[in-house]
Amino acid sequence: MKYPSKEMPYRIALAGNPNTGKSTLFNTLTGLRQHTGNWPGKTVLCAEGEYRFQEKNYTVVDLPGTYSLYSNSADEEVARDYILFEQPDVTIVVLDATSLERNLNLALQVLEMSDRVVICLNMIDEAIRKGIRIHDQKLSSKLGVPVVKTSARDGKGINELKKIVTRVAEGRIQTRPYRIRYSEKIEEKIQSIQSQIENIFGDQLPSRWIALRLLDGERSMLNALKKRIPKEGAPDGANLKSPYPVEA
Amino acid sequence: MNTEIPLSEAKPGQTLRINRLELDGTMRRRLLDLGFIPGADVHILRKSPLGDPVALRVSNTTIALRVEESSRIFGEVLGE
Ligand SMILES: Nc1nc2c(ncn2[C@@H]2O[C@H](COP(=O)(O)OP(=O)(O)O)[C@@H](O)[C@H]2O)c(=O)[nH]1
Ligand SMILES: [Mg+2]
Repeated sequence: MKYPSKEMPYRIALAGNPNTGKSTLFNTLTGLRQHTGNWPGKTVLCAEGEYRFQEKNYTVVDLPGTYSLYSNSADEEVARDYILFEQPDVTIVVLDATSLERNLNLALQVLEMSDRVVICLNMIDEAIRKGIRIHDQKLSSKLGVPVVKTSARDGKGINELKKIVTRVAEGRIQTRPYRIRYSEKIEEKIQSIQSQIENIFGDQLPSRWIALRLLDGERSMLNALKKRIPKEGAPDGANLKSPYPVEA
Repeated sequence: MNTEIPLSEAKPGQTLRINRLELDGTMRRRLLDLGFIPGADVHILRKSPLGDPVALRVSNTTIALRVEESSRIFGEVLGE
């Protein structure tokens, strides 16, 4: 091999509801090049692995399967913190193609917090068997990110998925992730909190998304942020307090 | 006649269309994430002998809820 260790691998995260075939996809992508590890301070296991594609290295993290990134279970916190603070080069949201209505909840949440997202419609074989037809192009243009159909269990669509992931990682596909626009009143509050977050963290974190979580009264978000306030030249942590009531 | 009842009072076999959730905070968020959103249909599968928990189907998934939560979800029984 030529320069495998010199170049930094792209970091890919797999997010999705439980039972969408995330781990199957992870195994298909990484083969035997994987291990599991605990994240610092957490008891949640995440598998990590690697693959090589078109002369580039990729590391893949199989995040815990969750229905949401908001509800403060340990699993959801791990998945949320990874996407938010580790900022993977690409987050693949694995959806069960036979159960899109339920699965899109998490997809929309990830789209609100990250720009580099690829939607993987897995279990497409099962969807076809059930007579479910999905207009992937339409879905892609509505969500503003690429959509790839796969059947991870029999390796279908994996090459296409890798190609798309590469292009998003390299910035060769420009995404326009769908972001919900809220009422005037909420948008005003988002703005005021957002600017405070930007004062502290600059453009390092998705400030709009964080503002929404704080408005939602999400305590664990506040704690996670406090731990990451930059040490030097930053205003003190008290500024981070949401002016709105935080749930007890 | 459309009358609103709490989900806890719907009977097995019935389908309730959700109008609103009388819950706050983490539990509200949790239920919304599980698919208990206004406009969604919930099909009651069965109840435990004492009525708690109740097994139901929402958004293609089977879920068990305690009376504590199901009594705070309100909607109308469909087809009545
Ligand atoms: N029909 C079908 N089944 C799949 C596919 N991918 C995974 N599965 C199956 O779905 C189940 C759950 O898969 P798993 O990878 O453990 O899901 P996870 O909970 O998201 O990690 C397993 O029985 C897999 O064999 C697929 O593309 N098609
Ligand atoms: Mg898994």
